[in-house]
Amino acid sequence: MSEKASIEINEKWCKGCEICVDVCPRDVFEMRNFVAKVKDIDKCTGCMLCEQLCPDFAIIVHAPEKKKKSVSV
Amino acid sequence: MDYLQYLRLDKFPHIWCAGCGDGIALKAILRAVHNIGWEKDNIAMVSGIGCSSRTPGYVDFNTLHTTHGRAIPFATGLKMARPEMNVIVVSGDGDATAIGGNHLIHAARRNIDLTVLIYNNHIYGMTGGQVSPETPMGDFATTAPYGAMENNFDISGLTIAAGASFVARCTVYHANLLGKLIEKALSKKGFSLVEVMSPCPTAYGKINKKGTGNEMILNQKQLAVRVERAKTMSPEELKNKIIIGTIIDRELPEYVNTYEKIISQAQRR
Repeated sequence: MSEKASIEINEKWCKGCEICVDVCPRDVFEMRNFVAKVKDIDKCTGCMLCEQLCPDFAIIVHAPEKKKKSVSV
Repeated sequence: MDYLQYLRLDKFPHIWCAGCGDGIALKAILRAVHNIGWEKDNIAMVSGIGCSSRTPGYVDFNTLHTTHGRAIPFATGLKMARPEMNVIVVSGDGDATAIGGNHLIHAARRNIDLTVLIYNNHIYGMTGGQVSPETPMGDFATTAPYGAMENNFDISGLTIAAGASFVARCTVYHANLLGKLIEKALSKKGFSLVEVMSPCPTAYGKINKKGTGNEMILNQKQLAVRVERAKTMSPEELKNKIIIGTIIDRELPEYVNTYEKIISQAQRR
C-alpha cells in the first residue's frame, strides 16, 4: 500500500465510550483524559470500522481508495 | 462518504449517552440514503418521543417530531398527501410497540410505502427506564423491581403476520450489514421495517448489570446469528440469540398505488 490512512478525531464530540479502542483490529486508538486519541497511525489499514461504529460522529478516516468488499444481504 | 453533509451541525454533539447505539444506527441510515442517492429535500423523517426519536433533530431532511407513539399515523398522512416523498419513521421499542402498537400493525396491514426503523433497546430509555414490551422476561427496570413478568412481542413476527413487505433485523455492531439492510428497506415499495438492536447502557444496562455501552455492543457479536444459519439451529440453541438479516422480502399490493387506482377508477365514471 503506497498511501497511508489518516484519522481525524473531533475531541469536542467524543464522549469517551471506548468503542473505537475495542473494535480496532490493529490497536490504533488509546484513551487519554477520557477522549479517544490515535496511538499509532502507522498500524492503520483504513478498514473504516471505527468510523462506522463511532456513535458520536467524532472519527473521520481518510483512507486511500481500495477495492470495496460487499456484504451479501 | 461525508456524513456531515447530512447533519445539522449546530445541534452537535448529540444527546445520546456514551456507548449508545443510536448514533451508529443514524450513520447507517445516512450511508443508505447516500448510496441510493436521494436528494435531502425528498426525504421526510418522522419520529415520536424517546431517545431514538431525537434522530430527526440531527438530520438535514424534512423532519417531523410528533407525539408519543403517533409517528406512524403522521407519516401515513404525509405519505398520502405527498406520495413522491420518501418517508422514514424512526421509533423506539416502547414508542412503536406499546404506545403506538396499534398504528404499527395497521400500517403493516395496509402495506403503505413507509420505512419504519425500530431501535430496540429493551426499555423506555428517555422517560426513566420503565419496562417496555421488549424488556426480556425476568430483567429489571425501574417499574419492574422484581423483574419483568410479561412475554415480549416478536416485532418481526408481528409485522410479518400483519402483512409487511419487508422485515429485517440487525444489531448496531454489524453496522455494515445494517446499512445494507436499511438501503434495501428504503428502496422497497411497501411497508418495510428494520428492527435495530441498539443497547441502552444507562437505563437498561446499569440496572441489569450488562456492563458499559462498549461491552454491550461487543457482546452483540456473540449473540448475533445470521438468518441462514438460524434455520439450521434448534430453538434451544437460538435461546437469547439475536437473528440478524432479511427475515422477509415479498411483493404485495401497496396502499398509495391502490388508492390512486381507485381515484382514477372513480373519475372515469
